[in-house]
Amino acid sequence: MTNPLLLPVDTYLVDSLPEIWFGVIMFALAMYIVLDGFDFGIGMLYATRDDEADRETMLAAFGPIWDANEVWLIAFGTMLLAAFPDVYSRLLADNYLIALGFVLALLFRGVGPELREQREDESWQRACDWSFVGGSTLAPFLFGVLAGSWVFSVGAISLPAILTGVGLVAVSAVTGAAFLAAKTGPALAGEMRDLGILATVAYLAGVVVLLAVVIVTDAGGTAGTILSLPGIAIVGLSVVAGLGGIVLALRDSYRAWLVSALALPTLLSALVALLLYPAIYPATASGAELTVETAVVSPLALNLTTVLGFPVLVVVLWYFKFLYGVFSGPIEAEGYGA
Amino acid sequence: MQPPTHFLDGALGAAAMLDGTVLFLPAEFASRVQFGWTISVHILFAALSIGLAPFIIYFTWKDIRTGSERYARLRSFWLKVFAAGFVMGTVTGIPMSFQFGTNFPGFSALAGELIGGPLAFEAKMAFFLEAVFLGVLLFGREKVSDRTYFLSSVLTGFGAWLSGFWILVVNAWMQTPQGYEMITRNGMEVAKLTDPIAAFFTPRMTWMYVHMINASVIAVALLVAGVAAYIVWKKRDAKAWHTALKIAVLLLIVAAPLQAVHGDAYGRHVEDTQPQKFAAMEAHYETGTADLHLFAIPTSPDAIMNPSEENLFAISLPRVGSFLASGGDFDAVVKGLDEYEQNPPVPLVFWSFRIMVGLGFLFIGLAFWGGYLIYRDRLSDSSLYLRAMIAASPLGYAALLTGWYVTEIGRQPWVVQGELKTGEAVSSTLSSTEATLSLAAFVVIYIGLVVAALYTLRWLIEDELDELGAEPAPDDHWYGPIPGVTSDD
Repeated sequence: MTNPLLLPVDTYLVDSLPEIWFGVIMFALAMYIVLDGFDFGIGMLYATRDDEADRETMLAAFGPIWDANEVWLIAFGTMLLAAFPDVYSRLLADNYLIALGFVLALLFRGVGPELREQREDESWQRACDWSFVGGSTLAPFLFGVLAGSWVFSVGAISLPAILTGVGLVAVSAVTGAAFLAAKTGPALAGEMRDLGILATVAYLAGVVVLLAVVIVTDAGGTAGTILSLPGIAIVGLSVVAGLGGIVLALRDSYRAWLVSALALPTLLSALVALLLYPAIYPATASGAELTVETAVVSPLALNLTTVLGFPVLVVVLWYFKFLYGVFSGPIEAEGYGA
Repeated sequence: MQPPTHFLDGALGAAAMLDGTVLFLPAEFASRVQFGWTISVHILFAALSIGLAPFIIYFTWKDIRTGSERYARLRSFWLKVFAAGFVMGTVTGIPMSFQFGTNFPGFSALAGELIGGPLAFEAKMAFFLEAVFLGVLLFGREKVSDRTYFLSSVLTGFGAWLSGFWILVVNAWMQTPQGYEMITRNGMEVAKLTDPIAAFFTPRMTWMYVHMINASVIAVALLVAGVAAYIVWKKRDAKAWHTALKIAVLLLIVAAPLQAVHGDAYGRHVEDTQPQKFAAMEAHYETGTADLHLFAIPTSPDAIMNPSEENLFAISLPRVGSFLASGGDFDAVVKGLDEYEQNPPVPLVFWSFRIMVGLGFLFIGLAFWGGYLIYRDRLSDSSLYLRAMIAASPLGYAALLTGWYVTEIGRQPWVVQGELKTGEAVSSTLSSTEATLSLAAFVVIYIGLVVAALYTLRWLIEDELDELGAEPAPDDHWYGPIPGVTSDD
């Protein structure tokens, strides 16, 4: 047997490596719903503008970054497959049409803007706009339904899962509005502020309804966890970030608003992690409950993914700093400023 | 409670019973067709990224070094193609990894330890690299230094090649699996990684990587040559496109013969490691001495579905198959398909293989013809050659697809050779309603996507012709009668 990296074969590099990977995967999930979330938000808010210059500005904001943001989904999925293959299999097989509907929504979201710029023709551009807006709205909804179905284990066609989908749509609209407000000129920023405040109110209301439903029905046995100290803290912080964001937006402090807006999907991911752990997949029709300890791959495989994967993850975060540095300027219809 | 994944069954199943005409495909069959169809479309875009990478890097380098308008024009055009292809590659790539879970959860559960790592490395090492630096390449020309800009082109291209590397680590492992042992976890048989080096660098890995990278370069070189030939055909003094044509032909002169030599050795490796696939490629039904079919055409319609010696006009070297397989013995016994319980669909594998090889030889001919014209300094003057290259522009992709059909269909009934059958990997909770619905959606949407991609290319070419300035186009179409053969004949 060759093992040039001198990795331990029968023990994890550190005892808590499975838990660390659970954390890393949840971090990738957070990165995805934060970063692609504001892409989705841009797509939804795009529908509210019919001025061509505003639309060009919004597409210019979206253009250079969405593809890199979307890669966090692939990072999330492949790391889940690498560390917890059974969870990957069951999550996707149990939610077949939701999962494939989601990737098709992503397809429409991605190709819409790309094809739009290839032709001046009016009806062509309208069709591409539909693809962009429809995909940007449907994708977070279906991803939210998938996450809700995962966490609450009551199936995709259930109130908790659908409310999670609605919540992800609303929170994406919040971050998209804050991103555009922080990056565009005063006229568009003002419009985005008003819509963003509306979306924040909708999101907080949605969270309240979702939590009420989950606590009353004890979906997936999560009621106790939500009412525990960390659960209450996460919900409380979400309310603070949401209301604080509204105050900051009203004062036109858009950069600060963006920071508080981005806290919302981060807290949502933290809630997903909290509700799952120590399980990682609940009992469903396809099998018994899987925990982080039972579903994790063998020590050698996880050690290898750690040694080869962790340094790369750090480099990836550096890439993102670089990318957002290059495109840090204010956005105009022609693209990002200096 | 009914499993959530079946929520549509009731409604649609009832609809099916009511009028008795709605038919749903078996879940396994629909899953296989769906995966084959979606990967066929995805790989067009993946190969475009891999094959265009050297062109983009070269054009960017020449643009920065010489400041010549010619290279800036070529870089700008092909970067637009690269960007459109990359977007389509991303949006069609995500459904691929999802289908490992949605349709083949038995495969991802059994092989997760072996395939999960490489797929995660692909995302983190390669895909992020490509996505981030493509953003800089497309939108950052005025924002970053020349050096950073050139480096971005190299990193984007490197990302594309590295992406291919990790994906083929997974595919090669499925062909010649090693570096693992079977254990039971949570009551399921799973492959446990025991030797990472052996599992990553399986016997098939380097064969496959060289063959695929080179096939992508050939396919894209033919595409570049075809587009260049078309623009030169329309606009004879488009100097930049004379250069593009020449570079593409020079690349073909190296890549096309290399592919044939490499492919020949690769074939013998397949014979050693996957005799069943090799027997299907050669339609070698019965164990015994094997002839080598150099060339075969069907002599009756039956041959298409059921190729065999009786209905093929074949140029064969008697017993040379045995000679090659055994390394020097004309009487060596080669295993035939009769040795196996279940076989891959022979006609698909047999004909795909012949189409790929035939096209490969055609490309060598086109490359050498172009080489001769370059030597005579007449490359852009030969109408016949320009027209041949325009006609050949999609054929590299045809060879690439048929080559993959040989590899993937030829591996059936296995998904992991000798370890897991495709039928065992398919989701047990997947209903035929769901599988048929998703297949139908993928067929419709992906046809739309391919059509949109072709239109995009066409519009980019029209824009390029407009920018090159109006000139009365030649009246005749490039696909008009070839010299010496008029339509009256």
